[in-house]
Amino acid sequence: MHDINVVDLSRLQFALTALYHFLFVPLTLGLSFLLAAMETVYVTTGKEIYRKITQFWGKLFLINFAIGVATGLTMEFEFGTNWSFYSSFVGDIFGAPLAIEGLMAFFLEATFIGLMVFGWERLKRGQHLAVTYLVAFGSNFSALWILIANSFMQTPEGAHFNPVTMRMELTSLSDLIFSHDAQAKFVHTSIAGYVTAAVFVAGISAWYMLKNRHTDLARRSFRMAVLFGVLATAGVITLGDALGFIGGQAQPTKLAAMEGLWKTEQAPMPFNLIAFPSQKDQTNHGEVQVPYALSLLVTHSVDGTVPAIDALEQEATQRIKDGIPAVEALQTLSAKPGDVAALDQFKAHEKDLGYGFLVQRYAPDVSKATPAEIATAARDTIPQVAPVFWSFRAMVAMGLAMLAYFVLAVIYTMRNRVERKRWFLKLAVWMIPVPFLACETGWLVAELGRQPWTVYGVLPTWMSASTHSVGYMIFSLVGFVALYTVFIVIEMYLMVRAIRRGPDDHAVTLPHDTLHADRLAGYAEG
Amino acid sequence: MELYASLQVIWWLLLGVLLIGLAVMVGMDMGVGTILRYVGRTDTERRVALNIIGPHWEGNQVWFVLGGGAVFAAFPLIYATAFSGFYVVMLLLLWSMIMRPLGFEYRSKLASQGWRNMWDWALFISGFVPMVVFGAAFGNLFRGVPFHFDWSLTSTYTGSFLGLLNPFAILCGLLSLSLSVFMGAVTVMNGAEDVMFTRARGLARSAAIAAIVLFAVGGFWVHGMTGYVMGSNPGAGVPQTPLQQTVTQAAGAWFANFHAHPALWLVPAIGFAGLLLGLLAASARRSHLAWWLGALAWLGVIGTAGVALFPFLLPSSSVPAQSLTVWNASSSKLTLTWMVGFAVVFVPLILWYTSWAFYVMRGKVKAADVVADEHAY
Repeated sequence: MHDINVVDLSRLQFALTALYHFLFVPLTLGLSFLLAAMETVYVTTGKEIYRKITQFWGKLFLINFAIGVATGLTMEFEFGTNWSFYSSFVGDIFGAPLAIEGLMAFFLEATFIGLMVFGWERLKRGQHLAVTYLVAFGSNFSALWILIANSFMQTPEGAHFNPVTMRMELTSLSDLIFSHDAQAKFVHTSIAGYVTAAVFVAGISAWYMLKNRHTDLARRSFRMAVLFGVLATAGVITLGDALGFIGGQAQPTKLAAMEGLWKTEQAPMPFNLIAFPSQKDQTNHGEVQVPYALSLLVTHSVDGTVPAIDALEQEATQRIKDGIPAVEALQTLSAKPGDVAALDQFKAHEKDLGYGFLVQRYAPDVSKATPAEIATAARDTIPQVAPVFWSFRAMVAMGLAMLAYFVLAVIYTMRNRVERKRWFLKLAVWMIPVPFLACETGWLVAELGRQPWTVYGVLPTWMSASTHSVGYMIFSLVGFVALYTVFIVIEMYLMVRAIRRGPDDHAVTLPHDTLHADRLAGYAEG
Repeated sequence: MELYASLQVIWWLLLGVLLIGLAVMVGMDMGVGTILRYVGRTDTERRVALNIIGPHWEGNQVWFVLGGGAVFAAFPLIYATAFSGFYVVMLLLLWSMIMRPLGFEYRSKLASQGWRNMWDWALFISGFVPMVVFGAAFGNLFRGVPFHFDWSLTSTYTGSFLGLLNPFAILCGLLSLSLSVFMGAVTVMNGAEDVMFTRARGLARSAAIAAIVLFAVGGFWVHGMTGYVMGSNPGAGVPQTPLQQTVTQAAGAWFANFHAHPALWLVPAIGFAGLLLGLLAASARRSHLAWWLGALAWLGVIGTAGVALFPFLLPSSSVPAQSLTVWNASSSKLTLTWMVGFAVVFVPLILWYTSWAFYVMRGKVKAADVVADEHAY
């Protein structure tokens, strides 16, 4: 049986390691294409400065890439180590995109990054450029497949439950791959990576301009980055809107939490610009509203309505009641596969199986679930509103701020005025953390808003975790925190150092080519 | 044979291919990490060793990632049960492995001796620990692992961390370690000259001898070990759960497949032949040949384990009837079909461009070049 403390600790660990990994991924996604663009200019114009530009940003790319690779391994382990029931329950569907990611994306990216780093002298210019593009495509393909996998968790498509094998199974790979959620999410997230890289490159270039160092490199890099950035930011906002539209229909509880909608209202619905949602009181405090705006934003029409939490909870209550017979039937089928009566009962209630699982958290024998337990399970279907509400607003605000910043940046750089606008250069430096935070809040909206499900409407989070002891979880959490803290300190130190040293810094060799410790150990040279 | 059963067998074979790919490609890099402080006594020598595998370790590591992904996709119950059951061991494996990318990338970025020494130790740990764990995991498959399922197939592991470090598992861990050291050493021989070549050659010979002895001892050990025998079950190619079979235990049962099909003795023979000829090739300074023979030895060793266990993948020592097999732990027909399709298209492509990458970076790594090249590790 599951210990809820273990489930919560498993969630905490997954969230921490995923958020940490996601600090490095967006930069890789975007910078790989920026590098390819810079190198394209080098190859087509033959100007040495662009080779220097490519190699300098390439150096920073690699410092970031190494830690992204390292922390990505954790993610692959954690589905099995900490979410073992999830893995066996949906592995038939979820495992496929992960394996395809390895075949199609990781091999491409990882094989060619070796040549990208070591191949400058051995490859022809065109060949090296092709290699750089393959790295960019590889990393973006990997985003595609992992987001297809994630979209299955958000809007499960292309799968059904097989009572014979007691798990979800694939019914259509194309439905899985071409789900609208997957497509919108892939474009939204990968472009968010381009925005991140653009802000990163522009910010560091601005710092060089402020210091009056490497100005040729900085000016050219800044211009490329902000042009890339303005397009990417516009794209991210457009696709974010599309994703809200698609996701809102598929995941009404997430949408209600994002918008802090407790009570059903008539169209046109107002938008809560600011509010302080209280889960306990099931209401918002201190609302600042914009009339009509919610209907327009979410449904793209004045008379559209969005279901609120009270109605959703009521609907969940009914679905839990309908799901209980499905769980009962499944228990029978597990012991007696092929039991005809149980199979009929299961088929009749199949679509609410996940809701039946929800109440099993409180009533291990679901046939004895009390109305109070059903009500508690129904309340569980609503995610924590305040963090989803605020993460969403923070993400949108940062997105709009970056759009404004890039529009200004394009205007200034096209008029060749940016170097004289010192306030703007300083702002550009301060903008560097913003896209990283925006990506993190985006993850929070998507994944906190999905609760209490690992697979929306199909599999509750509480069932998905491995059956570990609290002691195991504390052991692993302490280990991750210790290791990841050391990693980030080292990474930031090397990154800042590489930026401070700039493009003219070359690989360092030890002054005395014998390691001190080895001398102490008494190794003699033969 | 029915289509679904064929697909299950194909995926069992493909899993073997991936595990062998992992062992050969990742094992060689980890072997270099393990012996780094021995073959390289000065900083430049260590950089030479690192730069021999520098252009390729990242691509090689994907064999590991893909191995995990393929188990997830093709045998989700194995992925779920093994990764959660071996929790502490898996975390030690993971934590040692995630130091590796940073070790390669960050080690030579600073000129401090203490810094570089620290990363050399990190590379040692991230080479040594994963290979021991890799072998020990196989060892535990032979002994069975204490896990069981409830009605919903939620698995519970009832053993301890120390139970996984039993003598037979440690023997298998050392076998895997010596194979990886052999591959690492011949890789250094491929790319280095003079004194490093000589040191690596000595290591390769010792590692090959150790591996031969360990493989033979392991064989005798398994001969007397209590193995698992499949009783009644729904059969190959029939959708099922692990709750529908009977399994008994019998001494020497892991040799049953070899007795039933004597041709299978070829598989361990390939393992021994690869190691013996690899030893001779390394002694004769034919390091490229020794590398291929080492890969053949991996094929023989992993193949032997797979053939002995078949159709078992992860036997349960606490509730043997719930042991996981090729038939009850695999994905559905549709998923296996799609995955075969993707593998058929992409694996040859991967082999082709990986070969090209090795071809581009062929030749010896010279100390002077490493020192002069600003892109070198």
